[in-house]
Amino acid sequence: MSDPIIKIENMNKWFGDFQVLKDINLSVEKNKKIVVCGPSGSGKSTLIRCVNRLEEHQKGSIIVDGTELNENTKNIEQVRAEVGMVFQQFNLFPHLSILDNCTLAPIWVKKMPKKDAEELAMNQLKQVQIDDQSNKFPGQLSGGQQQRCAIARALCMQPKIMLFDEPTSALDPEMIKEVLDAMVNLAKQGMTMIVVTHEMGFAKEVADEVIFMDEGMIVEKASTKEFFANPKNDRTKLFLSQIL
Amino acid sequence: MNKLNFLKPDKNNLYVYVYTGSALLFISIFDVFLSSFFNINVTSYFPGPVSLLLPLIIGLFGLHLIRIEFSGLKYLDLLNKNINTSNFNGALTLLIIFAIIMATPPSLSWFIFDANIAGDTKEACTGSGACWTYIKVWLRRFMYGMYPNELQWRINVSFILLIALAFVGYFAGQKLKKFLTLYYVIIYPIIAYILIYYLISGGSFGLEWVETGAWGGLSLTFIVSFFCLIFCFPIGMLLALGRRSNLPTIKYFSVGFIEFWRGVPLITVLFMSSVMFPMFLPEDFFMDKLVRVIIAISLFEAAYVAEVIRGGLQALPRGQYDAAKSLGMGYWKMHIFVILPQALKLVIPGIANTFLALVKDTPLIFVVGLMEIAGMLGLAKTNPKWLGFAMEGYVFAAIIFWIICYAMSKYSYNLELKYKTER
Repeated sequence: MSDPIIKIENMNKWFGDFQVLKDINLSVEKNKKIVVCGPSGSGKSTLIRCVNRLEEHQKGSIIVDGTELNENTKNIEQVRAEVGMVFQQFNLFPHLSILDNCTLAPIWVKKMPKKDAEELAMNQLKQVQIDDQSNKFPGQLSGGQQQRCAIARALCMQPKIMLFDEPTSALDPEMIKEVLDAMVNLAKQGMTMIVVTHEMGFAKEVADEVIFMDEGMIVEKASTKEFFANPKNDRTKLFLSQIL
Repeated sequence: MNKLNFLKPDKNNLYVYVYTGSALLFISIFDVFLSSFFNINVTSYFPGPVSLLLPLIIGLFGLHLIRIEFSGLKYLDLLNKNINTSNFNGALTLLIIFAIIMATPPSLSWFIFDANIAGDTKEACTGSGACWTYIKVWLRRFMYGMYPNELQWRINVSFILLIALAFVGYFAGQKLKKFLTLYYVIIYPIIAYILIYYLISGGSFGLEWVETGAWGGLSLTFIVSFFCLIFCFPIGMLLALGRRSNLPTIKYFSVGFIEFWRGVPLITVLFMSSVMFPMFLPEDFFMDKLVRVIIAISLFEAAYVAEVIRGGLQALPRGQYDAAKSLGMGYWKMHIFVILPQALKLVIPGIANTFLALVKDTPLIFVVGLMEIAGMLGLAKTNPKWLGFAMEGYVFAAIIFWIICYAMSKYSYNLELKYKTER
């Protein structure tokens, strides 16, 4: 067994008085794909937002690629440059073209020469099949195209880990497939991924492990086969019966 | 079988109604026109109140007759939809038309027909209208203040140079495009300062020294507005960011600064800057009055700009911050490339508003003895040789300020259109 690339130990988080995450223990090895599911409000989004410290945790420790997340801003920026994230609402920068969205961070954070960054961006856009839209603005694209662009934008930083926060929840059913295809493609290339999603089909196809969360706790954690064929916890069984 | 029903217009007898209505409307407007332009009252044989109200009543009836929905006549439909939707709207429309007609002859005669412009003494003004001679004689003072006449070319030259330098952006090639922001934000103000210091102020290169107390008129308005606009914007931006900062020192400093400057009237700030401020300075330290005024106005307006920009920052969805952070951008990179471009675009109307207010606040610098255009008016109107022409002076200043402000507002509107992107 290799060293885990993400190691979360006894992590607790509160929003004011309300405890969102309770004693989370999780380790993710390189190249593994983890799907996190659970009812809304169970803390799954908060969990992955803690991994690149968009949310601060109050207790316990999170170590990403050998760097502990704490008040040290330099460390956090370094970790964030290595961890790509895709959001539910795409969050593309509306004032920049698709290409500029993709090249902004490589140029200014990684100090990549503009030419190289553009070449890389066009490659990534080609992977998600929107290279012909590169001069348009986000507002001119469909939701599915925007989300694929968001994936390309995150990949342009050449991250070691990708986090997906309900990437298909804000999309029309027709567009879900194109985004999932892009994600499956990415998984096949061996990216380490943590995906919060309700798409159980996707989970079955690519996940190595599925985590079920409820009320801020990890209720069940099992390999994909085990999770769907033989769920142990009652809460998981109920959830699966409703969603499948 | 179609009976003509005068009170209820309909489509069947469309043209009958349109022609009758238009004729009545024309009669009512023509009546007002005659009485205000040629002083002919056609209805004078009626008792007073009726004669006054008659055009309104006739006009209203005319408008009522032509109020036909979906008549199919393009202009009639347009008219009905916009200014003739109901009797009340029709009445307001008529009253406004009447007011404009009635106001035209007196204002025309004051501005043009009864006005004088010839000669260069007060005695040349014999008409009952405006005395533009006054403006003509005092024009140099209104433009340049007490600046010596034979040196005024220095002001002209430096202003022409500054305007020319401002247009550099249009001619810059692709390669230089990225330096434009740097040029406008830092280099251009420095050039402007150097030009004004060496050319207008003089004192070196064989140019005669002209103290700032002698500067004045419209050129001073421009100088003060220009520097205040340039300084208050970056300061305001930093204050807006500071107020949203997580660091308590910076945050409370910004809050305190903004609330202090927003809480005091500009006139006291100016007074303090010229009277109180020098008392706190060491004996041999000298800072020009004009510089102190510019600093004071800049800080004052910066507080307002800060709050406007903060509004824009708050309007941005949190996802934009998340996305920028998740790409590894630090605080400054995030703000410079992602947050500020969007926030500033949102607040262009608000910024333009503040800037217009700033330009119109500049006359207040008279309290420290600096005479820009309105201040020079105040001087000129108390000149014993030219008493009694305050009206012309203020109308003149109003027109000039209006032109400046309208140009700024048009420019801001263009900027808005230019940076409009779909969300």
